[in-house]
Amino acid sequence: MDVYHFSEQPYHAAWEQAGEVDSLRVTFPNEHCDPRVAADLVNERLDEWVLCDELGLNIMINEHHSSATCLSNSAMVPIAMLARQTKRARLLALGHPIANRPDPVRLAEEVAYIDVVSRGRVELGFVKGAPYEISPANANPVKISARFWDAHDLILKALTTHDGPFNWESEFYDYRQVNIWPRPYQQPRPEVWVTGGSFGTATDVAERGHRFATILGGWNAQKLFDAYRARRLAHGHDFPAPDRFAYCALVGVGRTEAEGHRRAEQVAGYFRTTSIVGEAFVNPPGYMPPQGNAQWLKKNQTRGRAGSHFPVTTRDGRLLRIGSGHGSGDGVGPADLVDAGIAFTGTPDQVYDQIVELDEHVGGIGNLLIMAHGGDMSHADAVDNLTLFATEVLPRLRERDQSRAVTAAMERVAAAHV
Amino acid sequence: MAEQPAAFEQVEIAGVKIELARAGDGPTLLFLHSVDGVDPGSQWFRLLAQRFHVIAPWHPGFGHSELPGDRFRDVGDLALFYLELVHELEIRDAVLMGASFGGWLAAEVAVRSAAAFTHLVLADALGIKVGDRESRDVADVFAISQEELTARAYHDPGRRTRDYSTMSDRDLLGIARSREAYAYFGWKPYMHDPTLRPWLRRVRIPSLVLWGESDGIVTPDYGRAYAAAIPGARFELVEQAGHYPHVEQPERVVELVTAFAHPDSALAGVGSTSEER
Repeated sequence: MDVYHFSEQPYHAAWEQAGEVDSLRVTFPNEHCDPRVAADLVNERLDEWVLCDELGLNIMINEHHSSATCLSNSAMVPIAMLARQTKRARLLALGHPIANRPDPVRLAEEVAYIDVVSRGRVELGFVKGAPYEISPANANPVKISARFWDAHDLILKALTTHDGPFNWESEFYDYRQVNIWPRPYQQPRPEVWVTGGSFGTATDVAERGHRFATILGGWNAQKLFDAYRARRLAHGHDFPAPDRFAYCALVGVGRTEAEGHRRAEQVAGYFRTTSIVGEAFVNPPGYMPPQGNAQWLKKNQTRGRAGSHFPVTTRDGRLLRIGSGHGSGDGVGPADLVDAGIAFTGTPDQVYDQIVELDEHVGGIGNLLIMAHGGDMSHADAVDNLTLFATEVLPRLRERDQSRAVTAAMERVAAAHV
Repeated sequence: MAEQPAAFEQVEIAGVKIELARAGDGPTLLFLHSVDGVDPGSQWFRLLAQRFHVIAPWHPGFGHSELPGDRFRDVGDLALFYLELVHELEIRDAVLMGASFGGWLAAEVAVRSAAAFTHLVLADALGIKVGDRESRDVADVFAISQEELTARAYHDPGRRTRDYSTMSDRDLLGIARSREAYAYFGWKPYMHDPTLRPWLRRVRIPSLVLWGESDGIVTPDYGRAYAAAIPGARFELVEQAGHYPHVEQPERVVELVTAFAHPDSALAGVGSTSEER
């Protein structure tokens, strides 16, 4: 099992205003961003990723736009800096919102350049992007999926074509001389990762054989991974190895259970702020299929439901509504997050056992994506959280034999398709 | 919205299956609808059909009309579709009328060919760029709350209370499809065609531009600029109406349209608020 550390690089200093505004995204004025505070925050995060390189952890970066929840507004920028500051770590952007970016060939060029700089450490992640990313990009929400796969096809062709320019005239993009320099260091190209939370995405990704990642999806990941596995088998491929799967959860490790829980609570600031977004931006027309929107209308939901809660389900089917708002008393604690499979927290032994339980359930996670910083966690806590994880948990995960989990998944998938 | 699906005919135009409503006698009036679609049960539609032979299609992609991806990328494609519809349904000597998004469409049709039409009527039409680059002419309906949208769209927002939970699945799907198509055609450039305004010079048939005085989606001044761009067009303000004057003041709007396009109709009369040019 490989492990990547991820932080959204939040600007938590502005979250106090969360109770006064209806949106921390899109419309929240940047007068609430003190650039000196931002400088401290992003440099601390970048230092933590440099530390990851020393600790044997890999690096995962994302991007959001016009948001106090995430200062990273181009995943490639921090990845580019870290390519020079690190020696071993894999550099995963998860990911690039390719359906929202106007120029896929430009992304292929950036990927190739950084892959060359890092001598082949780039991991290429694509995301459809959250609905509230539509407005900052002013991308048309209609046909976003078709545009995503068209951009995907174009980027992969640009990375793997070496015999001179090719032509691309599709519904969404027009180029006549695509011929990127340099070409990527890794041949034929960096590994592609795609995030998803639906069967449709899982099987779309399976058909292309890419890595499939669920972000804070909890126990439901088993069904999604099984759908991926079944589709691979149906297309005549081998049973997918754990390296095809990635799973993202919060991590809070401590020398005591209480210290670990305190850290998980801090990282969980993510949940308490991520849903605070103006109702018009929650579900732009066309982002969901019309059948889904018709069902929303039936409940008299003409727009989104702004900022009420982040819903998660525990293993035994309990629906948790993690309330929005800084420090809101929603009654959801670290133990509940563990029950929901979206946090691993406590002492190193507890954290290891929780990861193993989930790993067994979903059938072998090749790539664990840990959010070991989030919310208002301090740099010192983040350093200690990462160091404890890397020294006490990571070695055991690396040595862990996943064959039993994989065999169980094989039997489960076979039984479902007899 | 469609409360009586039976009121719609299924027709195939240029290989595209769409629904349309047809009613009434008199001169033909082709009505191009807003995002809210066609409602043959509305007072507006019934009053209009007392004066005209009304043909009101659901645009491709709206309601239950098809939207084949190979031929519809922008509003100009919809305009060509409507010229095909005019050809296939043998519409001639007709009034072309559009409201809101449908007004934009009607203008796009008219600048391409007004040969089948005697008159053009636009009601609170979208579609042109008037302000400078930092001024958005059309309120960003995708960036405001439902409450603000209703307040901007209606003179009397209380009229607009819809209980979706009582609607049929078919009607709800039609509404969801309409909203999606509205975004598809209007997202970028936002609700306008950057070169439409200078080409409005090509509209050489008598034109009437109606505007709800309380319209908070596109202001009456935008409507005046629209009328100024069409040679000889007349501008009429409709009192106590917002973005949908035909919905809020159906009698007044039918009266204005009839007086303008069908003046020999017995009951026609005209108000005194005309700002004739």
